[in-house]
Amino acid sequence: MPDSQDTISSPRPASAGATIAGAAAGTDSPAVEFRDIDIAYGKFVAVRDFSLSIRKGSFVTLLGPSGCGKTTILRSIAGLVDISGGQIMIDGRRVDDVPIYKRNIGLVFQSYALFPHKNVFDNVAFGLKYRNVPKPEIVRRVGKALEMVRLPGTEKKLPSQLSGGQQQRIALARAIVFEPQVLLLDEPLSALDANMREEMRVEIKKIQKETGITAIFVTHDQEEALSMSDRIVVMNAGRVEQIGTPQEVYETPATAFVADFLGKANMLAGTVSRSSGPTAVTLAAGQTVNVVAPKPLAQGGKVTVVVRPQKLSVGAAGANRLSGRVVSASYLGGSAIYEIDIGGGMTIRANTPISGRVFREGEAIEVGFDPEGCVLLDEGGQRIS
Amino acid sequence: MKRRWTLYDPRLAWMLVAPVLLLLIFFLVLPIAVMAAYTFFTFVTAGVETSALTTANWHEFFTDSYYSGFLLKTLRVGAITALLCGVLGYFPAYFIWATTFRHKWLLLLLLIVPFWISFTIRTFSWINILGEQGVINVALIKLGIINDPLPMLYNEGAVILGMLHFLMPYMILNVYVSLEGIDRTLISAARSMGCTSAQAFREVTLPLSLPGLAAGLLLCFVLAAGSYVTPQLLGSGRDALFGNLIYDTIMGELNWPMGATLSIVLFVVLGFFAAVYTRYMGMSQIVKGLGG
Ligand SMILES: Nc1ncnc2c1ncn2[C@@H]1O[C@H](COP(=O)(O)OP(=O)(O)O)[C@@H](O)[C@H]1O
Ligand SMILES: [Mg+2]
Repeated sequence: MPDSQDTISSPRPASAGATIAGAAAGTDSPAVEFRDIDIAYGKFVAVRDFSLSIRKGSFVTLLGPSGCGKTTILRSIAGLVDISGGQIMIDGRRVDDVPIYKRNIGLVFQSYALFPHKNVFDNVAFGLKYRNVPKPEIVRRVGKALEMVRLPGTEKKLPSQLSGGQQQRIALARAIVFEPQVLLLDEPLSALDANMREEMRVEIKKIQKETGITAIFVTHDQEEALSMSDRIVVMNAGRVEQIGTPQEVYETPATAFVADFLGKANMLAGTVSRSSGPTAVTLAAGQTVNVVAPKPLAQGGKVTVVVRPQKLSVGAAGANRLSGRVVSASYLGGSAIYEIDIGGGMTIRANTPISGRVFREGEAIEVGFDPEGCVLLDEGGQRIS
Repeated sequence: MKRRWTLYDPRLAWMLVAPVLLLLIFFLVLPIAVMAAYTFFTFVTAGVETSALTTANWHEFFTDSYYSGFLLKTLRVGAITALLCGVLGYFPAYFIWATTFRHKWLLLLLLIVPFWISFTIRTFSWINILGEQGVINVALIKLGIINDPLPMLYNEGAVILGMLHFLMPYMILNVYVSLEGIDRTLISAARSMGCTSAQAFREVTLPLSLPGLAAGLLLCFVLAAGSYVTPQLLGSGRDALFGNLIYDTIMGELNWPMGATLSIVLFVVLGFFAAVYTRYMGMSQIVKGLGG
């Protein structure tokens, strides 16, 4: 597992969010740091040994299937759930004993959680009111926040008079208006329809950049995670599987879980048939493929070759050739997805740009990939590195 | 010529509501209409009336302050009872909603349990508690704290207490249902923005539970103001409510036209309150509350 310190350097403008955060403690302490935290609901341990350090101004995504503990972690930062072990530091200060209402945290929920009995102004002004900001200043800052989410002039409306996307933008305005040290977003896009989701994705990212606020984003959608994040924390069953940049987790998955969860990689089980020179793996289906091993492997060792569907090309290209029969073909316009039976009960999936003709079900097909285009996992499902 | 039947055929819709409609007409609208007609009949002597039309009954009601005094007092007692129910009922409702106790249904069941015992018997039980030979007086005398039994029964306080006893579950259920409808993430949101739990209650929980409280108030008010058994059993003659007046007029004086007049008055007045109120609160809350 790579080290968990956020090392991405993304240039970001100086901003109110960052300066406030910086004013509280040393500017180089991480915005949020988890040290070996455990969180239990009664006897059930929802999160175990979670460690993560989040750099100021970065956009970090917790990605994992539903029920893996993402929301629980967010709630622990906000103080809505108690940790049973470890420490949480915000801006270098331990917050274990800081009550919720004194932590300076912005929260955006999947269900929007706007106060239905308060109009947009009162919703957005809520956090400022409890920070004793003078009235004219509240009016000014609410106006500014509404402009930022491109809904100026909606102050008098009730949440029920707004569309889902608009409500979520008001919720975002409400969470950033008091310049919190961290912005927590719990699946904020899941309740929106597909078009709206795309638009909000861009908008959230833009606002995060503009304000320079540290954001922790939770999602089970790999596309959201890959497109928005500086860093992705892939989680499974309360544990961290991998932490890295979108490219790292996608291209070099640390575990079988990550490889499968992000983009449904092909996992080809086999045994090492040649350990030196170019390493070769004989697949369970019988074919032998050359791979690039980061270290010499013992002959006869069991490994899994992970190949992304996009790394497979139809036809002559690629040093490794696999031939088989098309089980199903989906035509997507610019590309096609083939499920290919390569014998031995193994099916691989190829997602290739269309050049020439589209193969149909039952046809014989040949696909290839480069030895560099794959990752090797050991018997325990961990990446060999 | 004949149209084919479809699933959303209006004729089918009418057929489906017809039984209920007939039931309502024969057992609700018609009896009330008969009562309304009776208010214009002439009272001859106890138990005898003629269908000669007269406005004498209405005239008597509007001119004799005896009746309006009764009405005002009934409304006052109803309002006091409803308010007490609201104040006292909110806490248990809040408790049931907020508790982390795993078997909430048990607590809700406890609210329903009293309904298994006849309402009249439940009311009678107060005589064994508050009466001169009741638990409280006997205990206080045995302990030597008092020499003579306290007069706790047969006064307005006892009547209100009895009505509180029987109305409280309605109030608690109404408030509970509206609390249950509150999205708890709203409270998390308020707290994350700087509210203490007391402030979050004031900003979110209380205002969002008001519809249930309001529905409970109306229900308790109407039921209390229309009550008859409780004041009959726990009150003295002076504590009688409008319902008792109607009973006396019909069963005692055998003056059916005047009894009908008073019934219609109570019906219209309480109906008026309910109508004005639901105009602002929405009937659905009450229906929800009754459904538990
Ligand atoms: N209040 C709670 N009481 C008991 N178990 C809970 C509670 N909240 C969440 N859990 C459990 O903790 C695990 C993690 O939940 P959560 O953090 O909500 O997952 P995610 O947000 O990743 O879907 C789940 O198995 C869930 O059932
Ligand atoms: Mg969740």
